[in-house]
Amino acid sequence: MPKKTVLDPQGKTVKHALESMDFKGIKDVRIGKFMEIELEGGNKAELQKKIDEACHKLLSNPVIEEYTFEIQ
Amino acid sequence: MNFGVIQFPGSNCDQDAYHALADILGQHTRYIWHKDTTLGDVDCVVVPGGFSYGDYLRTGAIACFSPAMKAVIAHAESGGLVLGICNGFQILCEAHLLPGALIRNRGLKFRCEHIHVRVETTASPFTNACRKGQVLRIPIAHGEGSYFAEPSVIEQLKREDRILLRYCTKDGAITDAANPNGSLDNIAGICNERRNVFGLMPHPERASELLLGSEDGKLIFNSILQHAKAGRHEAVSVR
Repeated sequence: MPKKTVLDPQGKTVKHALESMDFKGIKDVRIGKFMEIELEGGNKAELQKKIDEACHKLLSNPVIEEYTFEIQ
Repeated sequence: MNFGVIQFPGSNCDQDAYHALADILGQHTRYIWHKDTTLGDVDCVVVPGGFSYGDYLRTGAIACFSPAMKAVIAHAESGGLVLGICNGFQILCEAHLLPGALIRNRGLKFRCEHIHVRVETTASPFTNACRKGQVLRIPIAHGEGSYFAEPSVIEQLKREDRILLRYCTKDGAITDAANPNGSLDNIAGICNERRNVFGLMPHPERASELLLGSEDGKLIFNSILQHAKAGRHEAVSVR
């Protein structure tokens, strides 16, 4: 997700569109990315560490984005 | 001087950069494939514009892990000159050779037009042939050129005189209307702390001959040549 401090023009445009369609009470819209990654092997703690590193190094840009992930 | 132009899958300004350097400026120039692990005898490496790796994930995100970029990072760390144009600027930010990031243009549109930038400092290997405050007319062509960094980083860039170019009106006024993409502080180009790495969104290689409507971009390349020449004189005087 883009950080709160980063301008998200896509989110803004979608917010305006929703408002023009009479969807009431929309305070803010922000647009991010959703990724599904298939994993194999390893215990949950190890995978947790690995995915966190992948998010930090490649999947997100910490300068402009924040990330969360869950392993199912 | 020896120039190298990196070619990624999806680069599309590599030939423009090559043409400007080899044909207009008459410099030894060669292409460097993204899988190459060394840059050879290159003095200045150009990371050109385009859509490296299809802009997948984020602009520049995949390119910065390529073998050639590892060599570019090593080149930069040893003091070699690096010029990142447009997608090249995005790649240098992703590679952490320059701070900040380039995000989607404020107006969501891909902007492809001639704009004006003001030279904020001549104290760099990339702007020393310009006058301070000189207005250059150079084209842009990007969808993600809005420069963003934390306020502390912007302050540091200002304090260290590292903002080399800012978007301006044709008279040199820094206004919001002259900002084509929403970049913070109208930033169009910055350098690193050591001043040997420069990234900019405008395309100087597309404005290096009058046939193309402007040769203001040539000043950037002439600066690099002038810097190299001064360096050689320095080396001679030391001896």
